[in-house]
Amino acid sequence: MSPGLTAVLLVAVLVTLLAVVHRPFGDYMAWVYTSEKDLKVERWLYRAVRVNPRSQQGWTIYAASLVAFSIVSVLFLYLLQRLQSFLPWSVGMKPVPPDGAFNTAVSFVTNTNWQWYSGESTMSYLTQMAGLTVQNFLSAAVGMAVAIALVRGFARRKTRELGNFWVDLTRTTLRILLPLSFVAAIILLANGVIQNLADPTTVHTLAGATQHLPGGNVASQEAIKDLGTNGGGPFNANSAHPFENPTGFTNLFEIFLLLVIPFSLPATFGRMVGNLKQGYAILAAMGVIWIGAVVAMYAVEFAHPGAALQAAGGALEGKETRLGVSSSPLFAVSTTLTSTGAVNSMHSSYTALGGGITIFDMVLGEVAPGGTGSGLYGMLILAVVAVFVAGLMVGRTPEYLGKKIGAREMKLVSLYILTTPALVLMGAGLALALSAGRSSILNPGPHGLSEVLYAFTSASNNNGSAFAGLSANTPFYNTALGLAMLFGRFVPMVLVLALAGSLASQKPVPETAGTLRTQSPLFVGMLAGVAIIVAGLTFFPALALGPIAEGLL
Amino acid sequence: MTAVTALLRQLGTGLRFLLVMTVLLGLIYPLAVWAIGQIGFRDQANGSLIHSNGQVVGSQLIGQEFSGTRWFHSRPSATATTPYDGLASGGSNLGPTNPELVKLVKERKAEVARQNGVPESAVPPDAVTASASGLDPHISPAYADIQVNRVARANGLSPAQVRALVAQHTDHPSLGFLGEPGVNVVELNLALARLSGTR
Repeated sequence: MSPGLTAVLLVAVLVTLLAVVHRPFGDYMAWVYTSEKDLKVERWLYRAVRVNPRSQQGWTIYAASLVAFSIVSVLFLYLLQRLQSFLPWSVGMKPVPPDGAFNTAVSFVTNTNWQWYSGESTMSYLTQMAGLTVQNFLSAAVGMAVAIALVRGFARRKTRELGNFWVDLTRTTLRILLPLSFVAAIILLANGVIQNLADPTTVHTLAGATQHLPGGNVASQEAIKDLGTNGGGPFNANSAHPFENPTGFTNLFEIFLLLVIPFSLPATFGRMVGNLKQGYAILAAMGVIWIGAVVAMYAVEFAHPGAALQAAGGALEGKETRLGVSSSPLFAVSTTLTSTGAVNSMHSSYTALGGGITIFDMVLGEVAPGGTGSGLYGMLILAVVAVFVAGLMVGRTPEYLGKKIGAREMKLVSLYILTTPALVLMGAGLALALSAGRSSILNPGPHGLSEVLYAFTSASNNNGSAFAGLSANTPFYNTALGLAMLFGRFVPMVLVLALAGSLASQKPVPETAGTLRTQSPLFVGMLAGVAIIVAGLTFFPALALGPIAEGLL
Repeated sequence: MTAVTALLRQLGTGLRFLLVMTVLLGLIYPLAVWAIGQIGFRDQANGSLIHSNGQVVGSQLIGQEFSGTRWFHSRPSATATTPYDGLASGGSNLGPTNPELVKLVKERKAEVARQNGVPESAVPPDAVTASASGLDPHISPAYADIQVNRVARANGLSPAQVRALVAQHTDHPSLGFLGEPGVNVVELNLALARLSGTR
């Protein structure tokens, strides 16, 4: 079978699977967030942590709970890494240095999963399990909780109540992430992903040398790493490592896992606001951007421009034989358009324009379909911008789902839109201005600029993938990228919750003949257009100096 | 209540919540999967290891470095310090226009062509590029094919015998489109060593 046909079939099967699953799964998630009943284990948990599951929170308390939980999580994960050598299952790992431990703690709590380290030589089995895997679940659940709070802001009327953060977190974890991860982990296990607590295996190779193979509880972490759009794998090579992604089947399965929640949440949204078509409109805008990026990526990777790739005869540098050019780009696009950041191939060695597409995917703000939860709230923010722009055109007060988009709402939305570009561009600019930033660059010319731009884009948008030529394990990058991740996660989240509070308190305005039909194809086009134009205008100069310049060399 | 006092009150809840979840998600969940792996999928869970003469000689999933005329060669590997270091997975991360990569590719191409006595135009891309993990167990069928005559000669076998071994150790993608075909170099070389009587 030709690689081109393989690629077409892969995309077709993936789209079909997602199309079949998203409605029932979206409905299920809507039930999770609206059900009045608690499971037995949940009641036990609420008693243990002393939470009244029936109490409702306004946006400030909801946000305070979220921030408090994240502070505790960062401290806990920091200490676990610093103390890992004294704890069980340390497999000889030393304590993680302070700047690195800070970076990783922030990285996993913010759902970024930027990794300055090689897992197999830095993190103990206990840190991987009780620290990193736990945050793979909880950071994803936090993102979904915020998205659901925003959806409630649209769905509810004349109330301050947005739900209860602890209940949303508990239900997301126990009813969605944990059961699915468990099943996914078993499927991965059956297909060759490892799950053991053994010390590294000593291999006497056929050629007479010795080789050491890592162990670890990989299948259980791999499942939630993908499902929770985290991306922080146990090994340096991430999903390119044969122990994380051994076959073409596991590759497609992992791509499915990282897309299934973000692409199903629009259905949850439609169900919760009582209008499925509104959900489809959001889904369509996400889908159009995703498929566009997939097609563009395959086109440039199959064409393999660039002196080194032309000399080799194909874009196989940094790609595995079993995945090749037919199965690697689909992962690359899906991981950068969700906030996953797992990689099954090395983005730095992609064609210049292919690498540019991965950066562009991230600067869109992780909305097509975006991270678990963060994708939905990001896209809803852009929908508010789209109705605002439409309102300006016709001279009407804009409204979305019956809620007026007034000055307060637009201020919050504008701040949201400005946060990540400010972090990316100022961060990358600062790094390029300082010798501490420039000295970490591997590749010469525009590619070097792309490495730095990629790092700050990835951190600020909570993606976590890398142009890994950059030696990011320096105090400068560990600190700067740690701060970018922190602000890139929590500033937008608090703004979203403030917006949710403001929307929930409104009385809906009745729909009239003059109301913009936000479920129409026209609006889908506007929404996708707004997403691309906002990101394009903001980042075009930086992209022109990096990947576009390299592509023209 | 101001936001700050609200925050302080929630810190305690957050800590209790995190501890409960750490036990559930960080211990019970991975250890349950571990138990299922060690009972139901022992081989896979422990790394799909290959045994020969009572020793672990490799994993079906992890490539090894081979040089010399008697072995099939793996792809170039960019793992730190030595190729195919199992504890240092990773790619070269060299960019597509990096002169260093251009030079490496051209050198490798000339070397592979010379070793196997084929024109440079017959050398496939995977033979001259480093994989993403640096531990790629496979080479393309095309790369195996150009090595057959050399390997057959060095082991005193006929090219047809060696070609049959290559076919036996070629992994085809499930359903024809889940991934790409690859020849498992470690398994192939083990079979080769057994056939030529050195193991």
